[in-house]
Amino acid sequence: MSTAYGLTAVSLVVAATVLIGMFGLRISRTTSDFYVASRTVSPLRNASAIGGEYLSAASFLGIAGLILAYGADMLWLPVGWTGGYLVLLVLVSAPLRRSGAYTLPDFAEARLESMTVRRVTSVLAVLIGWLYLMPQLQSAGLVLRTAAGTPVWVGTVLVAVVVTINVLSGGMRSITMVQAFQYWLKLTALAVPVLFLLIAWRQDAAPGLGGDAPPTFPERTTVSIGTDVTVRVPAPVTVEVRGRVDGAGRAGPLTLTAGEHTVARDTVVTFPAGAAVPHVADLPVRTDAEWLRPLAGREYPMYATYSLILATFLGTMGLPHVLVRFYTNPDGRAARRTTVLVLGLLGAFYLLPALYGALGRIYAPELLMTGRTDAVVLTLPGRLIGGTLGDLLGALVTAGAVAAFLSTSSGLAVSVAGVIAQDLMHGGVRSFRVATLLALLVPLGLALSVRALAVADVVGLAFALAASTFCPLLVLGIWWRRLTVAGALAGLIVGGGLAGTAVAWTIIGGPPGGLAGALLAQPAAWTVPAAFAVMIGVSLITPRSVPAGVARTMVRLHTPETLAVDRGTWHPKGA
Amino acid sequence: MTAASGRSGNVAECRVTVAHMEVALAVVATVVVTGLVGVVPLWRRRRRELGSPVDRATFQTLHTASLAAPPLRAGLTEQAAQKAGRHLRELLGSAAIAITDGERVLTWDGAGEHHKGAALEHAAGPMAAGRTEVLGPDVVACERLDCEIRHAVVVPLTTDERVVGTLAAYGADVSAGLVRAAEEVGHWVDAQLQLAELDRSRTLLMEAEVRALRAQISPHFIYNSLTTIASFVRTDPERARELLLEFADFTRYSFRRHGDFTTLAEELHSIDRYLLLQRARFGDRLQVTLRIAPEVLPVAMPFLCLQPLVENAVRHGLQDRAGPGHITIIAEDAGADAVISVEDDGVGMDPDRLRAILAHGAPDGESGPEAAGIGLGNVDERLRQVYGDEYGLRIETAPGAGTKVTLRVPKYRPGVAAV
Repeated sequence: MSTAYGLTAVSLVVAATVLIGMFGLRISRTTSDFYVASRTVSPLRNASAIGGEYLSAASFLGIAGLILAYGADMLWLPVGWTGGYLVLLVLVSAPLRRSGAYTLPDFAEARLESMTVRRVTSVLAVLIGWLYLMPQLQSAGLVLRTAAGTPVWVGTVLVAVVVTINVLSGGMRSITMVQAFQYWLKLTALAVPVLFLLIAWRQDAAPGLGGDAPPTFPERTTVSIGTDVTVRVPAPVTVEVRGRVDGAGRAGPLTLTAGEHTVARDTVVTFPAGAAVPHVADLPVRTDAEWLRPLAGREYPMYATYSLILATFLGTMGLPHVLVRFYTNPDGRAARRTTVLVLGLLGAFYLLPALYGALGRIYAPELLMTGRTDAVVLTLPGRLIGGTLGDLLGALVTAGAVAAFLSTSSGLAVSVAGVIAQDLMHGGVRSFRVATLLALLVPLGLALSVRALAVADVVGLAFALAASTFCPLLVLGIWWRRLTVAGALAGLIVGGGLAGTAVAWTIIGGPPGGLAGALLAQPAAWTVPAAFAVMIGVSLITPRSVPAGVARTMVRLHTPETLAVDRGTWHPKGA
Repeated sequence: MTAASGRSGNVAECRVTVAHMEVALAVVATVVVTGLVGVVPLWRRRRRELGSPVDRATFQTLHTASLAAPPLRAGLTEQAAQKAGRHLRELLGSAAIAITDGERVLTWDGAGEHHKGAALEHAAGPMAAGRTEVLGPDVVACERLDCEIRHAVVVPLTTDERVVGTLAAYGADVSAGLVRAAEEVGHWVDAQLQLAELDRSRTLLMEAEVRALRAQISPHFIYNSLTTIASFVRTDPERARELLLEFADFTRYSFRRHGDFTTLAEELHSIDRYLLLQRARFGDRLQVTLRIAPEVLPVAMPFLCLQPLVENAVRHGLQDRAGPGHITIIAEDAGADAVISVEDDGVGMDPDRLRAILAHGAPDGESGPEAAGIGLGNVDERLRQVYGDEYGLRIETAPGAGTKVTLRVPKYRPGVAAV
């Protein structure tokens, strides 16, 4: 893709975001269309907005990259990220809306009538928000590098700055219209190019992926390495090198022996057609046939798959930026309808990344060598189509990616800053400003200092943390009368502590090998049951700290709004 | 026997104060009767033996405190401060004391009256910091050589963790004992003010409830609406019928009895009906612009707290003018709050006058801007009651410059839900 097109796409989306943020969408009406002006947000528009805010860089770029690298097992990611809304629909959406809570800490306070639980919930919401923001910023660096060739940190800092300006200027503050538009932009940005890609693939005699060999370069391919990598070369191959290989500067032909070689950043290696693709050291080498089979991707695939399913299905309900959107629904029924529509919209979107992953395996296998498999979505249009059309499609995909991390990051930053300002500081406009800086500086610092993991993996960890803390709180809070303050606190602390340790270990140290590594990289399968068990167990042994108003709260949560029942009234303090 | 019981009765009275007032009175009466009977010398001897000097000092202190308490139970007003000031100075034993509410000097009791003007300056520090301050001659002293006001101890007075005023003790110099005493007296005054605040909120609540039930729809509006509808009955029966239905819906909503809260969406619908009826009356003279963020429509808010603002805007927007008046209603999303503003381009109001009306209410039967002020005051009270003081109304106005009333409503507050 040519730099000009990519840069234009990036600047257009950034400019549009900032302008909308600053000036807002101000639509004034006269009284004659009062009913239009005061019409509540329709479930479809709200569902689009949820989709727009939810589909992050992990969905837009990450899934395709993981599918390219690990194969069929990774299809569970999009399935889980959609399926999470099924659990949300059945167990949470309507009662949560009826509770009147705007944020997760609000719900904790409403249900358990305890400020301590509220505080703990706030801290967890901030941690989950940070963990979710960090990979968004990292992938921004990747996108800008692919589109314009800048160093990785430039994109990361740029997006952090844009989001900060945007949030501080009051923009993106739950403007449903804008977020709804973002969903359709992202869908278009993936769907249109994929049509052209499939046509190009057909014209190329539709090569399949059933072979019994690991991927090879389909034609003479030049690979430029972005960061220092160690690659495994399966068979001796003669390549053209400009840069440093195995610690020595080279310029010209070089025969790489079978085995491990280190390649320094900014090195350019040209492989002949038909050569086997050297894989970066931490990616498994799979034949295409293995790649197609489930449970053949990573180590301990059975455990990893179930853990992933648990994390994604149960984690969705605990994401701070998703839940605030449900408040926009006028009642519980509308909240359910919205969730059903979200399921449909996400289902449609998630068909596409899998196609990119598969096509990437055929046409962009060199990403297995650079290790930057997240770039597959951005690379493919230029690779398969070429010419102006390829550049335009590439620009469209880039625009979609920028939109993806801008909308998700803004939504997250607003949510995180809101929680920090309201619960951890003393509220007010000034607090919100400081909180916004905090909400972005911490993940920015992490994104720049922590090693780059696959974006979808880190987001998966954020889901695991949410599933181990907020899922038990919400599910038990809504469906179990005997939940106590002590139980909720113990469950949150144990679940958050276990999952948080696993997350920190995986991100900072990198998981150790073997079973322990699998347990730490996909912690949900043991942390979620542990959190549930502790929350239930401690609640049962502390029956005295059941909140006083539990019966009234339960009536409120579970009675449809149309039924006229006594839901209790508000009494001012001291009266 | 009588004297002995008198002693114990008196001590008990001072410890428990008001509750045992009756017992104490009975005892005093007995003592008086006994004296009349001719045992005065005996009584005098007993009186001297009321206890050790320490006991007597305690007795005296408690008695003085009990005298200062009743005025303070009315809150921190000028009258209360003047009445209580004398006793408080006695308690502290200082040359002079001053009580301020941060904006005015409520009272100066004791010597050096000419320092009264500076008392507010002395109060500024504790007012802002909420901590006791000891001020030296460099700040306090004046040129008069005979003036004994040279030092001051200034203690903040707080209610609900909010600094509401200061108590300052002045004297020739300051001992650690005086600082301690001033602080203790300050705490004691705090407790009295707290009780006053409690009384006040209880009364306010009852008042607000009553007003919310009765005074919401002005009789003028009902009369004007019906007259307008009547004027259409012959010329445009269809329109008259529609207006009558709107009127019925409007009153049904306004008179509903259940629930303290409603949603912004419902409140806006009611306002729409109200404006429809008003426009039938005023025609093109009334222009309305709306900008409503759909995200905040489900926000729960106190029942009928937007209506008076719009009513006020219509009245102001059209008063004293022949041309059209313009009203703008804006509801915006602001993170955890919703911000709603109602603005008119009418005659406006003198801010000081408005403040007075909001604080004390206007006399009955008065119409015009003052009557509108009552509606605003009611809304302001209810918002503060439900959400706390930081959520009161914000009114920007000046004569001839229109009026803009802004209210913030948190999206979630425990116990607040529209049913």
